[in-house]
Amino acid sequence: MSEKPNETATLNKAKRVDRIFKACATGAGILILLALAAVTLFLILRAFPAFTGDADSRTHAIISLSGGRASSFLGYVGPLVFGTILIAGLALLLAFPVSLGIALFIGYYAPIRLSTLLSTVIDLLAAVPSVIYGLWGALVLVPNITGFWRWLSVHLGWIPIFSGPVAAPARSVATVALVLAVMILPIITSVTRDILIQAPRLQQEAALALGATKWEMIRLAVLPFGRSGIISASMLGLGRALGETMAVLMILSPGFSYSLRLLQASKSQTIAANIAAQFPEADSQGVALLVATGLVLFIITFIVNYLARRITAKAGA
Amino acid sequence: MASRTDRGPVIDFDRFRPTRSSIRARKRKDRLMTVLIGLSFLVALIPLVSVLWVSLSKGVQRLTPDFLTHNMSGVVGGNPTPTGGYGGILHAVIGTLEITFGSMVISIPVGVMSAVYLVEYAHGGRLAKAISLMVDVMSGIPSIVAGLFAFSMFALVVGPGTVNGLAGSVALSLLMLPTVVKTSEDMLAVVPNDLREAAYALGVTKQRTITSIVLRTALPGIVSGTILAVARVIGETAPLLIASGFIATTNPNLFSGRMTTLPVFVYNEYSQGLAVCGPGADPGCLTDIHMQRAWAAALVLILIVLLLNLLGRLVSRIFAVGRTR
Repeated sequence: MSEKPNETATLNKAKRVDRIFKACATGAGILILLALAAVTLFLILRAFPAFTGDADSRTHAIISLSGGRASSFLGYVGPLVFGTILIAGLALLLAFPVSLGIALFIGYYAPIRLSTLLSTVIDLLAAVPSVIYGLWGALVLVPNITGFWRWLSVHLGWIPIFSGPVAAPARSVATVALVLAVMILPIITSVTRDILIQAPRLQQEAALALGATKWEMIRLAVLPFGRSGIISASMLGLGRALGETMAVLMILSPGFSYSLRLLQASKSQTIAANIAAQFPEADSQGVALLVATGLVLFIITFIVNYLARRITAKAGA
Repeated sequence: MASRTDRGPVIDFDRFRPTRSSIRARKRKDRLMTVLIGLSFLVALIPLVSVLWVSLSKGVQRLTPDFLTHNMSGVVGGNPTPTGGYGGILHAVIGTLEITFGSMVISIPVGVMSAVYLVEYAHGGRLAKAISLMVDVMSGIPSIVAGLFAFSMFALVVGPGTVNGLAGSVALSLLMLPTVVKTSEDMLAVVPNDLREAAYALGVTKQRTITSIVLRTALPGIVSGTILAVARVIGETAPLLIASGFIATTNPNLFSGRMTTLPVFVYNEYSQGLAVCGPGADPGCLTDIHMQRAWAAALVLILIVLLLNLLGRLVSRIFAVGRTR
């Protein structure tokens, strides 16, 4: 019972505003959950006709989108999933050692003043839009790397994955994987660096005091500490590479097979690039099919990212 | 009983003395790894320098005032337009600005408020954990899937085949949201608890404490994080290709009609290949005009992205909390 009714009123008003503000904040949080649910829901709804519609038109859409190379959904999405995982996996394979090296260089080899500059450079690499990497890959890298791939296939052609004939121009899986490796390098590097520089200082100094060389110190005290972080960083990079569209779309000459011959032309295509390439010309049934493949991609990246988070969470606990 | 030290084992310490060759091998390995690690950095620099240099050298060629002030309407093949240019990116710049602005309007309030919820209200509850997990998951959504989502949503809610700027904004906001939430969350978490407690002790309500003290203190960090998020989505191509389409003329209306953005313009020019300059063509006809336009637009895009990055870094450096005081 306040003496001044006026004060009670302002107090009540403040309380009301307080409650509204809290509701807004909670609502925003819930909206994020809803947004993700909506993504799944709308994708499923739009992809529905690809599974339930009239069987004839379904098959027709698959045949027309795959150029007659597949007649069932699994037959259509299978090579695409294979191509996506192949290219992203190769990109990770190429990017991983380099980004580990850069992270170690920034954290343990470069002088401190230089290392902040280097981190900025890596961030810049991350900032360049993917369409520009695509343009660069298609117009600069492809003409310049054809010779190298040819050399590789002449000297290492006895290994099946390098066997010729080399695609000319080199719009092959190998070139795309190289460009994707450049694109995922920054994310792997920055996450790895953040983990590695947290390695316990005392253990490093103990290792050095026992006479370990710098590399031995890193191998004994830094890398074991950062192992789970490094793994989850590469998973994040893999997730990026799986979903990358433009660079693949602009560089790769698409194919539709389960081939591991990286240097040959027209062997594989990724889900994301396939959607972007065929979307403009697809009819309603075709769009449903493409959205269904997008859903498959969504699930794959979801699993990869979820695993990455699980690994970091476990390491943090 | 004799003490242990009396008959302690005689250790042949020389046995553990490293041989010269093993020391040398270890040193060699150390040096090899140093070289490899240094080399890996140089390897990473090659593409960066090459990308920047090529876009600069090839982009400058076509980057004229005419290019920046005209759209692509009335441009035929490789022929010059009556104004003396070869078409331009005005419509794409307008489209990029509008669509990006639209995505900011959607994602910044939602993102900042969710961060407020996570830091100020939730205190690690079950809902908060779910939200954090979903934000992480969201940051991994492939951009093309975001585009498909926006397209599907507008197709089902508005009508089939709806392609407009707003759909692009929705797609981009989905990609931007995780970054905004993450950085805001980090920035709110470093606001000292003393400030909150001081405000509560003075009888300030929670809402006012948050808006005028916590958010105020965290503002530079949030702004800089948001700018970096914008820099990330401004270069997105795939979702806009699907959700916003492509058009040669300027479309100032975010809510209806197709809308070109800079990255989509770059892709579209690239995908056209060589222009046809037949026997009856204008003497100024250029067969590689598409690539020239693509590089020039790419240069503009890179400049925008780099400027935004610089701005974001400057904001966080100049207004950083607790560094100068």
